[in-house]
Amino acid sequence: MIDRRALIAGLSAALIAPRAASAETVTDAAGRTVPVPAKVSRVFPAGPPAAILLYTLAPEMLIGWPRANRPEECAYMLPEICTRPEVGRITGRGNTANLETVLAIKPDLILDVGSTSATFVSLADRVQEQTSIPYALLDGRFAGIANSYRSLGALIGRPEDAEKLARYAEDALKPIVGRVEPIAISERPKVYYARGPHGLATGLGGSINVETIELLGRNVAGETLGGLANVSIEQILMWNPDVIVTIDQEFATTVRNDPSWASVKAVRDNRVHLSPKKPFGWVDFPPSVNRLIGLWWLAKILYPERFPEDLRALTQDFYSRFYHVTPSTAQIDHVLAGRD
Amino acid sequence: MYLRAGIDSLPRMSLDSISLARSAVPGFAIAVAVLIAGLLLALTVGRYPVSLGDLLSVLYAKAAGHRADVAPAVESVIWQVRGPRVLAAMLVGTALAVAGTAFQGLFRNPLVSPDILGASSGAALGAVVGIYLSLSVFAIQAVAFLGGLVAVGVVYVIGASVRSRDPILVLVLTGVVVGSLFGAGVGLVKYLADPYNQLPAMTFWLLGSLSATGVSDLLPLFGPVAAGAAVLVALRWRMNVMSLPEEEARALGVATGPLRIAIVAAATLVTSASVATAGIIGWVGLVVPHLARSLVGPDFARLLPAAAILGGGYLLLIDTLARTMAQVEIPLGILTAVIGTPFFIWLLASVQKNWS
Repeated sequence: MIDRRALIAGLSAALIAPRAASAETVTDAAGRTVPVPAKVSRVFPAGPPAAILLYTLAPEMLIGWPRANRPEECAYMLPEICTRPEVGRITGRGNTANLETVLAIKPDLILDVGSTSATFVSLADRVQEQTSIPYALLDGRFAGIANSYRSLGALIGRPEDAEKLARYAEDALKPIVGRVEPIAISERPKVYYARGPHGLATGLGGSINVETIELLGRNVAGETLGGLANVSIEQILMWNPDVIVTIDQEFATTVRNDPSWASVKAVRDNRVHLSPKKPFGWVDFPPSVNRLIGLWWLAKILYPERFPEDLRALTQDFYSRFYHVTPSTAQIDHVLAGRD
Repeated sequence: MYLRAGIDSLPRMSLDSISLARSAVPGFAIAVAVLIAGLLLALTVGRYPVSLGDLLSVLYAKAAGHRADVAPAVESVIWQVRGPRVLAAMLVGTALAVAGTAFQGLFRNPLVSPDILGASSGAALGAVVGIYLSLSVFAIQAVAFLGGLVAVGVVYVIGASVRSRDPILVLVLTGVVVGSLFGAGVGLVKYLADPYNQLPAMTFWLLGSLSATGVSDLLPLFGPVAAGAAVLVALRWRMNVMSLPEEEARALGVATGPLRIAIVAAATLVTSASVATAGIIGWVGLVVPHLARSLVGPDFARLLPAAAILGGGYLLLIDTLARTMAQVEIPLGILTAVIGTPFFIWLLASVQKNWS
């Protein structure tokens, strides 16, 4: 569910940001006023989406990762940044980062990307008050990505680089949404999003987990609003999805020979697709800019005739702009296969 | 000889067996009726419509050895999805009810449930570790099963090595302590888990569900449950002795130590197997023994089989609710608590005279 308040705040942030920079403040996605630090060289990411957003814009400023990256993921990132240490995350009660450690690291800015609900706004205010370090809360949803880049660019003094990435996000979203929009909702393929080794966990309507899917196709579980939930195979047989998108390698392998799934249309038609996930997931998590390339991937799966673009070229372009590495053809093949 | 006579004379000694014999028949009839009603309902309702006619023609076609004249999806629902799930619900319900009944007698306490010795916490830790290590489904279930056995093994070894005049109390206390230690382990693994992918999987698992049950899950569930339940049913006469105070039981010539090990091992086997398949489902092992006791009385010779039948029917009905109420599955652990709590309070208030 897109919070209207957050959307308006995000839009106004875009309008205010250029002027605000001179007044030394930026309005973040939650409508909070964040002072622009005099000089930014080190930024603490509050969670994985923030780490990715920051890495794409200014990798050298990233102090560390909320969770250490695995070695095979570092093949698709700048190695010296990818191997930076694990610093935990700040998520309210479940903090894995100690605030004293955060202070000891002396970041110039704390960046959070994600929900702008009251919980996270109050958390941001509290941490900013406790540490006197500016804390910016930005939006990781597709509609907010461009503005998040512009706000971050203003905060860390990189407006030109930020504008390039913001433009890329807008230029990618516009044709994708534009080509899908004329298709009547009832004509769009029914997509089931399968998580977990059994494939029985799915994202309900409006959940951030299925934002990619709901932008392009019909989420079969979309009638009920919510987050993640478990469903039964019988319910999936009733929905009878045309396409199944999964992030679980185990499920993608076993579903082909599982007799209880055999009569699902997507399985019969061999349309079960394993999402690429290196270095970051393409359709779901973390909910950050990493999902932009996943939009092209899913669009080509759902509407091959409307999206003739070469996915390999798009992947190479995206990885070199956002992840600062140019993957080889073999590496791209490996990424697209979605396997470990 | 002496031992035999002591046990055989026991029901007459301690219980009013004549009045029980009279009241037990309708009690069993009710338990069987619940099971049959549950079975019919469970097989014919669900998110995917299957009519009674479809069901009968598929069953008939299977018996006659030809293909039924129904949509392939209907056949797959009956044989691959709903059928295995219905069987698993019955097995898990039976397992938890039998284990709960045995433990309530063994510990001489009406508030005991099958997880008192840490079987559920151990299985939970095994499962979350399995999910954390991204193991396959089968391996996760195997680790959960082993986790349950290990937890109870640890509890038993510690309990047995502490010298005390009340070994039962020591065992229960050790179970509580070790259970909470394993619970802390679960918390630690959840804390370390990937919040986007593994954590939801762990949460779903811990809430308990039969939604993923397939044909291949039935054998690993049936084996341990059948073995454990058979041992408990075979020992049901002696359980009457075990519910007497320790000294009295010894005086009757029953070797309480070995018997206790056998009961604990059998109950742990069935509990671990059901938790490994279905996740953590509370309340069934606590409520069903009381319900069965109100139907057939406290004599284990009747109580245990009645609890087995009733437990199967009870969980079958609850699982049917869990999969039909909404498009989304309702976790079993939540439903059993929501239904079990008021039910248990009512039971406490109305039939307390039956616990003796």
